[in-house]
Amino acid sequence: MQKILILGATSAIAQATARLFAAQGAAFCLVGRSRERLEIVAQDLIARGAAEAFCLTADLGDCDGHQALIQKADDQLGGLDLALIAHGTLGDQAAGQADFAIALKELQTNFISAASLLTHLANLLEPRGKGALAAISSVAGDRGRQSNYIYGAAKGGLSIFMQGLRNRLAPAGVRVLTIKPGFVDTPMTAAFDKGLLWVGPEVIAACIHRGVVKGREVVYAPWFWRYVMLIIRAVPERFFKRLKL
Amino acid sequence: MNAYQSWGRYPRVEQDARPLNWRHQPLPLAGLEGAVLAYGQGRSYGDACLNAGGALLPTRRLDHFLAFDPQTGLLRAEAGVSLAEVLAFCQPRGFFLPVTPGTRYVTLGGAVANDVHGKNHHRQGTFGRHVTRLELLRSDGSRTLCSPEENPGLFAATIGGLGLTGLITWLELRLLPVVNPGLAVENLRFGGLDEFFALSADSDAGYDYTVAWVDCLAKGEDRGRGVFMRGNHLETPPQKQPKPPRRGLMIPCQLPGWLLNPFSLKAFNALYYHWPRREAVSQVLDPLGFFYPLDAVDNWNLIYGPGGLVQFQCVLPLDDAATVLAEMLTLTARSGMASFLAVLKVFGELPSPGLLSFPRAGATLALDFPIRGRKTWDLMAELTRLVRQAGGSMYPAKDACMSPEDFAAFYPNHHELETWRDPRFSSSFWRRVTGQEGQ
Ligand SMILES: Cc1cc2nc3c(=O)[nH]c(=O)nc-3n(C[C@H](O)[C@H](O)[C@H](O)COP(=O)(O)OP(=O)(O)OC[C@H]3O[C@@H](n4cnc5c(N)ncnc54)[C@H](O)[C@@H]3O)c2cc1C
Ligand SMILES: NC(=O)c1ccc[n+]([C@@H]2O[C@H](COP(=O)([O-])OP(=O)(O)OC[C@H]3O[C@@H](n4cnc5c(N)ncnc54)[C@H](OP(=O)(O)O)[C@@H]3O)[C@@H](O)[C@H]2O)c1
Repeated sequence: MQKILILGATSAIAQATARLFAAQGAAFCLVGRSRERLEIVAQDLIARGAAEAFCLTADLGDCDGHQALIQKADDQLGGLDLALIAHGTLGDQAAGQADFAIALKELQTNFISAASLLTHLANLLEPRGKGALAAISSVAGDRGRQSNYIYGAAKGGLSIFMQGLRNRLAPAGVRVLTIKPGFVDTPMTAAFDKGLLWVGPEVIAACIHRGVVKGREVVYAPWFWRYVMLIIRAVPERFFKRLKL
Repeated sequence: MNAYQSWGRYPRVEQDARPLNWRHQPLPLAGLEGAVLAYGQGRSYGDACLNAGGALLPTRRLDHFLAFDPQTGLLRAEAGVSLAEVLAFCQPRGFFLPVTPGTRYVTLGGAVANDVHGKNHHRQGTFGRHVTRLELLRSDGSRTLCSPEENPGLFAATIGGLGLTGLITWLELRLLPVVNPGLAVENLRFGGLDEFFALSADSDAGYDYTVAWVDCLAKGEDRGRGVFMRGNHLETPPQKQPKPPRRGLMIPCQLPGWLLNPFSLKAFNALYYHWPRREAVSQVLDPLGFFYPLDAVDNWNLIYGPGGLVQFQCVLPLDDAATVLAEMLTLTARSGMASFLAVLKVFGELPSPGLLSFPRAGATLALDFPIRGRKTWDLMAELTRLVRQAGGSMYPAKDACMSPEDFAAFYPNHHELETWRDPRFSSSFWRRVTGQEGQ
């Protein structure tokens, strides 16, 4: 039985991912802000075959509580095979440009809090010499664009942080998986018009599940984003700065 | 592009959308003037799932399970869960849907609101018969548990209630235990409608699933010819678990309307007719292939061209069904408006539980037509007139053009549904057929 901690468990992508592990009888510790939502998710996972699903409520933007939170989750599950960090916000870029307090909050939620959680998790798993850490970054972190460089910087920071962490934890045998989704139809993107490149959260979930099972390092989801971003990253800055992206 | 259309892509309407994410939350009515309407997967053909000038409440994110009991097969799930998701879950556990329409891409809420039927109507009746309980969230904020015992009036009004009684948040469904979801199927050719009715009468006792496809282009001698399909779930356990379905093919864009022309359709129909051999051929079929052949192409509705398509589905009293059907097929063949597939089935006697459920004992025929202006509407009007004359009825889930007079004739008790309707809920369909259009 796999023991899985999910931070931001009410996220659409996280839920779809959890269902795939639930079907295999995993046990969960679910962390999120809303008790009611967490209970709906827990009940769903149990009905789909999960062995257990504990809920812990926490605002993950508050790093002070992280160490105790991780400890509690580890105690409840009696060990940890996988931790998935899924919480995030897609803030308003224009508002963050006008008011840095808003940008700071965005950086706090999407980067600082994830870095803090990863640090505590790494320190827990490193001496045990096993387990896996996964976090949802984004293709937006692969190159800065005027339309969302605050969110992009946070996700880019997270990707680099995880790259370093992977390097650090490799000798201990702890795996680190960075997930970079493209456009996903979830509550986060409810306001966007959806075109051909959009996929449902279950598509990302299948990529994450496969990435975990196969012990991958960096997963673009769906796969074609790896090539899309390869091209986008290759455009010289000289031209790129003139584009309306 | 309007993301929320009906399957026929007609009519096109302007409407807001407020997607629902969590069942415990109140209805998002704040700041809304007009009516609201739940929207599942938009697999209704006409305007039953549209709400011009109002707002839709898309339910697909209400996709959580609440409980499953492997002993009794009772599944409690949110109304936005699709039948495809239920199947993926229950097949490996030895259960199947008690009733399924011809596509698995419909939500549980949509299946209840149209009280859908399937190829086993003669055995299992409608979907609503297998719903043991549901929760209804109304615009006054109340949540009411409804079942045949608790609030039976509201329960009956909600089944086949066209989404008008409020939002179904979750429901409980009794799944069908099966040893093997696979099917033993026989395909038999028949030369005319009399032969069809004889085959149907012979088969309904021994087969759980029966349905026929009719060649609606064949004239004269050949009129009413078709292929009769009957089947039962296999009785020996499966050797291996069924593979998860692959994603269907996708039509990448709107295709030009001329692709569907009398020649291509005639060829298709003739091929389909000649495909089974004369004598009954038995084969073992995967349930997805048997129940959902159309699901193999994701958005096949796009092949009908920019105008969209209309469906016509009626049920006729058995007594003179053969005569009326013959007339309908003649009209269709003569119009040159050809339908891809005409589906014919005899409904059984089991009563439908909904106040406004469509299925009742009789013969049901379903046809679809590309929308080509006047010609199409004239044909629909002719067909509708025949249904009224025969004392039959038509299916709201497939309708885009019946008049208030037609509706009153088909559903004389529709005033009763009006009394159960939530004052904030309405649909384009409801306003059209009750003569409140523009309101
Ligand atoms: C290829 C194809 C084959 C079909 N075959 C059959 C068949 O064999 N038999 C049959 O009976 N039908 C058949 N249908 C029709 C289809 O089953 C029905 O139209 C069904 O209701 C569609 O479900 P949906 O989830 O897409 O709902 P929608 O079409 O989105 O909505 C249908 C109605 O349900 C209401 N509704 C949806 N969710 C809720 C909710 N949570 N609470 C309250 N009301 C709600 C809506 O308000 C609306 O009135 C077929 C359709 C297609 C496209
Ligand atoms: N959707 C996309 O296109 C896309 C693309 C690339 C990457 N991503 C990333 O994928 C992850 C999941 O997002 P999603 O698409 O599944 O969207 P979602 O359903 O809106 O999920 C976002 C989740 O983050 C949680 N959250 C936000 N701030 C939090 C906080 N301070 N404390 C605790 N939880 C908090 C939310 O919890 P509440 O339920 O309490 O609000 C919600 O569950 C995010 O990291 C996102 O950046 C998404």
